[in-house]
Amino acid sequence: MNAPLPMFVAIPLVAAFVLPVLKGGLKPVATLLANLVTLTLLALAVMSVGKTGTYAMGNWTIPLGINLVLDGLSSLLLLAIGVISAAAMLFSVRYMEQYTAKPKYFSLFLLMVAGMNGVVLSGDIFNLYVFLEIASIASYALVGFGGEHEELEASFKYMVLGSVASALVLFGVALVYANTGSLNMAQISATIRQIGMNIGLAFALSLFVAGFGLKAALVPFHAWLPDAHPSAPAPISAMLSGVLIKALGVYVLARLIFTVFGVSVPVAWVLIALGVSSMVIGVFLAVGQWDFKRLLAYHSISQMGYVVLGVGLGALILAREGDPLWASLAILGGLFHLLNHAVFKSLLFLASGSVEMATGTRQLKKMGGLVERMPYTRATCAIASASIAGVPPFNGFWSKLILVLAAVQAGFYLLAAVTVIVSLVTLLSFLKVQRYVFLGQLPEDLERTQENGGFMLGAMAFLAVLCLAMSLLVLLPGLRETVLQPAVDVLVQAGTAPAAVVAH
Amino acid sequence: MAYALCFLLFMIGLYCAVVKKNMVKIVLGIVIMEYAVNLFLIMLGYVKGGVAPIIERSQYDGATKAIASEFLNASVDPLPQALVLTSIVISLGSLALMISICIRTYAKYGTFDITEIRRLRG
Amino acid sequence: MTVIVKTVSSWVKVLIFLFGIYIILSGHLTPGGGFAGGVILASSYVLLMLAFGRSFVASNLPGSLASRLDCLGAFLFALIAILGLVCGGTFFVNFLYQEYFPGEPFALVSAGTIPLSNMAIGIKVGASLFLVILTLAAFRAESQQPTEQDLADPGVRGKE
Repeated sequence: MNAPLPMFVAIPLVAAFVLPVLKGGLKPVATLLANLVTLTLLALAVMSVGKTGTYAMGNWTIPLGINLVLDGLSSLLLLAIGVISAAAMLFSVRYMEQYTAKPKYFSLFLLMVAGMNGVVLSGDIFNLYVFLEIASIASYALVGFGGEHEELEASFKYMVLGSVASALVLFGVALVYANTGSLNMAQISATIRQIGMNIGLAFALSLFVAGFGLKAALVPFHAWLPDAHPSAPAPISAMLSGVLIKALGVYVLARLIFTVFGVSVPVAWVLIALGVSSMVIGVFLAVGQWDFKRLLAYHSISQMGYVVLGVGLGALILAREGDPLWASLAILGGLFHLLNHAVFKSLLFLASGSVEMATGTRQLKKMGGLVERMPYTRATCAIASASIAGVPPFNGFWSKLILVLAAVQAGFYLLAAVTVIVSLVTLLSFLKVQRYVFLGQLPEDLERTQENGGFMLGAMAFLAVLCLAMSLLVLLPGLRETVLQPAVDVLVQAGTAPAAVVAH
Repeated sequence: MAYALCFLLFMIGLYCAVVKKNMVKIVLGIVIMEYAVNLFLIMLGYVKGGVAPIIERSQYDGATKAIASEFLNASVDPLPQALVLTSIVISLGSLALMISICIRTYAKYGTFDITEIRRLRG
Repeated sequence: MTVIVKTVSSWVKVLIFLFGIYIILSGHLTPGGGFAGGVILASSYVLLMLAFGRSFVASNLPGSLASRLDCLGAFLFALIAILGLVCGGTFFVNFLYQEYFPGEPFALVSAGTIPLSNMAIGIKVGASLFLVILTLAAFRAESQQPTEQDLADPGVRGKE
């Protein structure tokens, strides 16, 4: 199992440098190669499920060298990145025909994937910062890829806030190094459990919360997301909303708070407050939107609130030394919702891209009656809408149910009620999408709209099937214990055993 | 004291990035923030009266593979310097991208003033 | 630019270029290395660009060639890492140092793969920084007609 770990970073990185050389007649080769790379990564991610391991680069031992760490939580994120990037890449084959510099697009795309995989696998915080920057810089360029007025404005806004976030994170890394004398996560965590939190470490933690909160677009820090995500090409919107804000934001936040700094009651309350405010404010901002992709972007903020709420609830229960069973239920809900959101939000963005490509508009009021013209897009979009709103047979229902159950069991009835209400408002706003885009009267200028075939449909169908099939992840005990439970255990064990050295 | 000055510099950068209306000034504010962090990192490894962490031939005993102890005691911590070098490279890349986006935006809008560049509404 | 500037810079550029090569080659012994040396290599071309103008430099070292060099440098660096996997069993393992090529401390030819990695990084940084400045200069020349180049900005591809 030791060989493939750096492959997650090396394969997309090497491909990203080879692709821009393929110009002119070699463009189809570049497309094929890019798809092969993402499919390979998906296969590697599936193979990594249920395994753990560390990999020391260049055989340097831990305090000296860089090491990569694979555990349950990492492999969950690797799986999400693999699935979404494979689907988005397949979708790009046809969708990116509108743009000229296709090999460069693939190059940046793979660079972003390499950065995200690196963030997820990295075992020391400075290396994490480096991979974070690789992924972020690639995403800044991809948001501005169209080069028109709106894209450039959105890219600049995103880049300014992203750079501020990166500076905050680097400051935090420096403070941690000053106080513990180490950059390796396992060593830092052991040192912190020995010397306890001091003022410098607490300041570092608050810098991390602000920095990664900005990257994750939680509510006080969300201003860039509704501009940046809709401006990117549709497959990139799917990647950004689907995995980037999770791998760069929520994953790192959870990993740092649980396994490095250790859970405490105030931090848990901060997480819960961020989660609830994101849920509520995000969804109410979303309802009033008339731009298809912008509406979806606001829902991303709201749905990320669910994930953070689940993780924060688990942290609170652990910090109060409550029953670890309920804590693990809350974290299970959060992480499962993370995986689900990756799938259904990417599907929604791909569907919006398909609609935009066919009709040339994103305004809900200018569309209507597309159900006759684009039946397959409509079907996948309906599945994803039902899923995000938590309608029973689909995956979103199960993760929200688990979250509500955990909140009720832990005695937070108000939080459970808020979760249900936000879910209802989500349903309302997606009924609006269905009503204005696919039902109603077909406008005259859209008479000649045609369904997009082939690769785009294939990618959407793949994700739509996953929306249904992923319910099995929580319903079938065998699957649950191999995929989700290890990820939950990583966080719960780190939270319950403050004295133990984390198994890195 | 010196750390407090670093923090002050960081705050000046943050103020500049948040308050200023000119795109280029915002970029400069971000650069100032990054440099404040770099300065902080460099000072973490500083040893009073320290020497650069590069071994001279005279300080290394080839037969026993031992490094002279006065070098080990006097040299500053090399790790923050390596970190700063990496972070400078990263900020170079993001600065180049930011500047090119600024220039492209100027070509499209004809202004650097962010209060006039408002096609995207809240 | 005036004749003085043109003449002096056409002499000095050789020295700057040589200095960059020196910094890259002795990166494992003294301060410097691939990144610093690459920046110096690029700066020799920047000097030429300031003295003779963008089109002169672009005809000497076209952007497409620099772009290929950029990819080549990154590819070589990755190749050294992968050769470490093939020969030594781990990524980035210093296989030359351990097996075939002990070298002597403080000699120019020592430290195994580290000088090779420095060279790859030097090529990469020099080419990509040159491309960045070439692209930024292109904006001023034809700011109404932007190229596609800046979007996939080659200067941002990763850490060196």
